[in-house]
Amino acid sequence: MNEKYLPLLATIVVFLALFLSGGMLYKNFLSTLVLGDILADNAFIITAAIGTTFVILSGGIDLSIGSMIGFVGVVIANLDAVGWHPLASAATMLAFGVLFGGLQGLIIDFCEIQPFIATLAGLFLLRGACFMINLDSVPIRHPFVESFAALSIELPGEGYLRSSAIVMLLSLAVAVVVAHFTRFGANVYAIGGDRTSAQLMGVPMRQTSVAIYALGGFYSALGGVIYAFYTSSGYPLAGTGNELTAIASVVLGGTLLTGGVGMVAGTLFGGMILGLIATLINFNGSLNGAWIMIAGGSLLFIFIVMQRSLVGSFRLRATN
Amino acid sequence: MAEPSTGRIEMVGVSKAFPGVRALDHVDFAVAAGEVHALLGENGAGKSTLIKIMTGALRRDEGEIRLDGRTVEIASPGEARALGIGAVYQEVNLVPTMSVTKNLTLGRQPRRFGLISWREARERARERLKRLNIDIDVERPLGSYSVAVQQLVAIARALEEDTRVLVLDEPTASLDANETQLLFSVVRDLKSRGLAIVFITHFIDQVYEIADRISVLRNGRLVGVAAREDLPPLRLISLMLGRELERTEERLVTSALPPEGPTVLAAEGVGRRRTLAPFDLTLRQGEVVGLAGLLGSGRTEIAKLIFGAIRPDSGRVELAGEPLTAPSPRKSLRRGMAFCPEDRKAEGLLGELSVRENIVLALQTKRGWLRRLSQAEQEKLAEEMIEALGIATPDADKPVGQLSGGNQQKVLLARALVSNPRVLILDEPTRGIDVGAHAEIVSLIRKLSQQGLALLVASSELDELVAVSDRIAVLRDRRKIGEIAGTDITRAAIIDTIAGART
Amino acid sequence: MKVESPASPNGRLRAIARHRAVWPLVALALIFAVDGVISPGFFHIRIVEGRLFGNLIDILYRATPTAIVALGMAIVIGTKGIDLSVGSIIAIIGAVITWRIHAGDPHFVILLIALGTGLLCGLWNGFLVAVLDIQPIIATLILMVSGRGIGLMINLLYGGTNPSFQSELLQGLSVGHISLIPTRLVLGAAIFAALWLLIRRTALGLFLEAVGGNSAAADLAGVDARLVKYAAYLICGLCAAWAGVILAADTHTSDPVSVGLYIELDAILAVVIGGGSLSGGRIYLGMTVLGALVIQALTTSILTSGLPPEYNLVVKAFVVIVVLLLQSNNLRTALYASFSGRKR
Repeated sequence: MNEKYLPLLATIVVFLALFLSGGMLYKNFLSTLVLGDILADNAFIITAAIGTTFVILSGGIDLSIGSMIGFVGVVIANLDAVGWHPLASAATMLAFGVLFGGLQGLIIDFCEIQPFIATLAGLFLLRGACFMINLDSVPIRHPFVESFAALSIELPGEGYLRSSAIVMLLSLAVAVVVAHFTRFGANVYAIGGDRTSAQLMGVPMRQTSVAIYALGGFYSALGGVIYAFYTSSGYPLAGTGNELTAIASVVLGGTLLTGGVGMVAGTLFGGMILGLIATLINFNGSLNGAWIMIAGGSLLFIFIVMQRSLVGSFRLRATN
Repeated sequence: MAEPSTGRIEMVGVSKAFPGVRALDHVDFAVAAGEVHALLGENGAGKSTLIKIMTGALRRDEGEIRLDGRTVEIASPGEARALGIGAVYQEVNLVPTMSVTKNLTLGRQPRRFGLISWREARERARERLKRLNIDIDVERPLGSYSVAVQQLVAIARALEEDTRVLVLDEPTASLDANETQLLFSVVRDLKSRGLAIVFITHFIDQVYEIADRISVLRNGRLVGVAAREDLPPLRLISLMLGRELERTEERLVTSALPPEGPTVLAAEGVGRRRTLAPFDLTLRQGEVVGLAGLLGSGRTEIAKLIFGAIRPDSGRVELAGEPLTAPSPRKSLRRGMAFCPEDRKAEGLLGELSVRENIVLALQTKRGWLRRLSQAEQEKLAEEMIEALGIATPDADKPVGQLSGGNQQKVLLARALVSNPRVLILDEPTRGIDVGAHAEIVSLIRKLSQQGLALLVASSELDELVAVSDRIAVLRDRRKIGEIAGTDITRAAIIDTIAGART
Repeated sequence: MKVESPASPNGRLRAIARHRAVWPLVALALIFAVDGVISPGFFHIRIVEGRLFGNLIDILYRATPTAIVALGMAIVIGTKGIDLSVGSIIAIIGAVITWRIHAGDPHFVILLIALGTGLLCGLWNGFLVAVLDIQPIIATLILMVSGRGIGLMINLLYGGTNPSFQSELLQGLSVGHISLIPTRLVLGAAIFAALWLLIRRTALGLFLEAVGGNSAAADLAGVDARLVKYAAYLICGLCAAWAGVILAADTHTSDPVSVGLYIELDAILAVVIGGGSLSGGRIYLGMTVLGALVIQALTTSILTSGLPPEYNLVVKAFVVIVVLLLQSNNLRTALYASFSGRKR
């Protein structure tokens, strides 16, 4: 069994274990209904996290995704108020996501500012822009959104695969193809694995860096679109704290925060694990929401220590 | 000197100058098809400049490059590759977290309908490796293989269909004996297929094992080129170190008798796999022992093993009669051993901190964090050192990164001296120092030994070692091969010992 | 590299521009200049009921918790590390205080317990970074994610969800005043002085900067990198604890979900504006406090200017971006090149 699939396997195992324990604890838990709900509720954040996976794979980080989600929703709601079709607004915001992300990537590369700080500024900028446009939630009234939310595919059992989940899964498929079957994807892994070597091997550094953040921006914008359509509103506080959840999803999905190792598909399961934990705890009326945070932190700790020993062993071999 | 045969690649009369230094002076260098040509030279000889010109990383000022008789211009690494010139460097510049396939095909993956076809990529990877008679699982991460295998993969990547010239820059530096043989069998195979191979190394034994012809550079000039059989080791080393130049050898050691002080340092059987064969070394109070050998023979490694910066696999070190267990730089400093590293930028200086802070650092760690040297004490120490060593800086608060190379070296020396050691280990103490200061440091070393300090000086400059040493330990190919003491110390003696003409 | 004679005006200007400490001062001056124009009477200070009032006092007052956290953060950043968990530590401290008050412990002891908890959190972070050798961003992320949950759990220990408390001692520290001056300013100054003594009057500062500046060189010079990093995270945890005491006593409530939200981001920004580099090296304690003041001055200025408070974040972002861009060498070189090109 190839070593590189190990982290992904670990994630899937944890997910299944959690799901099964849910089934043991609660009646009716082991159903596609619950699964479908988890997918639908977390679709927006998983989508954004997929984009973040690319950024983290290259050794960077993006703190602005939560604010992008909020900003996109707010703009779409306001465009809706002046008569735009939601799809048109969505397309515009996706383009904005690409441009904004690309700009962040350019600043990071050209000005040699660390990704943490640069995207932190992006976080403040977008969140602030949200508040400047709206302080309260604004509904999206266009009938398209309602019909979109109603779209769903029936699953065996009683569950439904809702439209938000469908969009997320499609975007995941595209991401998998980009990551594993394009030269760009190979370059991302190379830069994250060993930046100097990648440069010496001829990877176009600046273009790739800008493209990585642009891609990240696209996916966070898409996450914002999903959230806006799903909740039929533009909420300025949407996405607060989601950058953390996204990063946690990526790490739980088996991707190393140091870059170069990991799979986009893992992020799906990482996000689902977090969603599962939340659901499990909510199912139990007596357990406090605090347990979600503690459980999340503990899982993170276990995964990180596991990853550390895995990487330690083969980085050590390489440096003789 | 033999005439260069009509070769695959010929560099004729190539010159290159940088501000203030003439890196290459009308150098001729030719490699024929099916030949392994070793390129040798000490530090500053011009080897890397010549190679950079050949691989397109630098442009020459004068001269011509001919490929199969045809004059060519090489303006960039891309052009060099297109012309069929490939290069592999000492650090395996590949990505260890990616699979062998991905490393071999990065940037050139076979595509079908715009998407990478991994099946084809794997085939191509296996083919490339097969050309070198290597058969490994191409899907495993590169980092899971030994350095030797990684190096072969790097060679496989550098070898295209149309590669005619392959440059191997220090390929065996991180390999052990078996791995070196594996590499050599690959090299011989490539040779038999008509490739022209440039082999840069500092392991003399290996030169004689694998090379057909040998070229020696010194101070930017070609000082010798011959077939292997026509160039015995003694002559080779003399060419590299410049023995034939008549120079009065100056010895500062006044007494003919060896110092009689107590032994302050005793190393017994100290060694580390892949780094240095186990060696014995003793140091007496007031004695200066020089470490001589060619570049890469293990001078720095011996120094670091004794200091504890590299952990030994075997042997023991005793300092003033007390064993030094679980060696570490901190422990050594505390027990009175100080070290001045060769690579000042990476291992010595804290560039952002001031000259003063850099100077007092080792003494401060010796004292511990609570007993801070007061500002006045620090300034006094800094002033003393600046004066004593002639460090050129307007004041002691300037960030040390802004000083010139030579002055930075002096700051490191100051740091070691200020910690009041009884054993001082210096690795290339005069690298990058101007002539005037050079003489100062040399005489300073003698003065310190007269004051009772025991010194271990590793240096690539034979004159320096001859001038200061009471005894010289000679190294070759990562092994201590002998010692020369007292009146036997001459340049010739050192060269002879390295060449193996003497034990 | 072009060499300008240091005496020429261009050369001197460049030398000044390169000094990182200049920028926060310039930023502060600019903000105050704009304030002077937009909000007349901005700088007015008056005495009411024996205490000082005024926008300037307000800025100092509100910036204190962030400044204290930023000081600890500056020390950690100096070792090439980072601590994202300070907000969560503050949450835990608030919960611990409320819990022990309800349990009836003497308030002075509770203060010590609170500080001890901060040290414990710092110990945890330090262990992950120094011993397990985990990257600081990741290591401190763990406590960041779980810390507020731990705070909520502690709240439950005595049956409350957002419990409140009364404490003369703690509230005195946080919102009280010593003659004219708010007590917390005195406390903040004392903490600053203590840290300054610790960093500059012992060799710890030198060791911290050595480990962050060039860890290989520091190691060869005998510095115990492991202990030094431990110390850094302990100090950071302690600073977070002090800030936690102030913030908890301010509202005299334990609110683990929202107390100190985003304070780690403001702290990191304060350090960077103050000239610190995320890649380790020099620690600028005074400049860091200035950075925190810049951030707070922005917020207060926006409030008093009549601009809707929503503008706060955007303006903050712009200022940060501008300071960062100007600190970037590449950009400065490009700008100078284009300006001097045009002049000729």
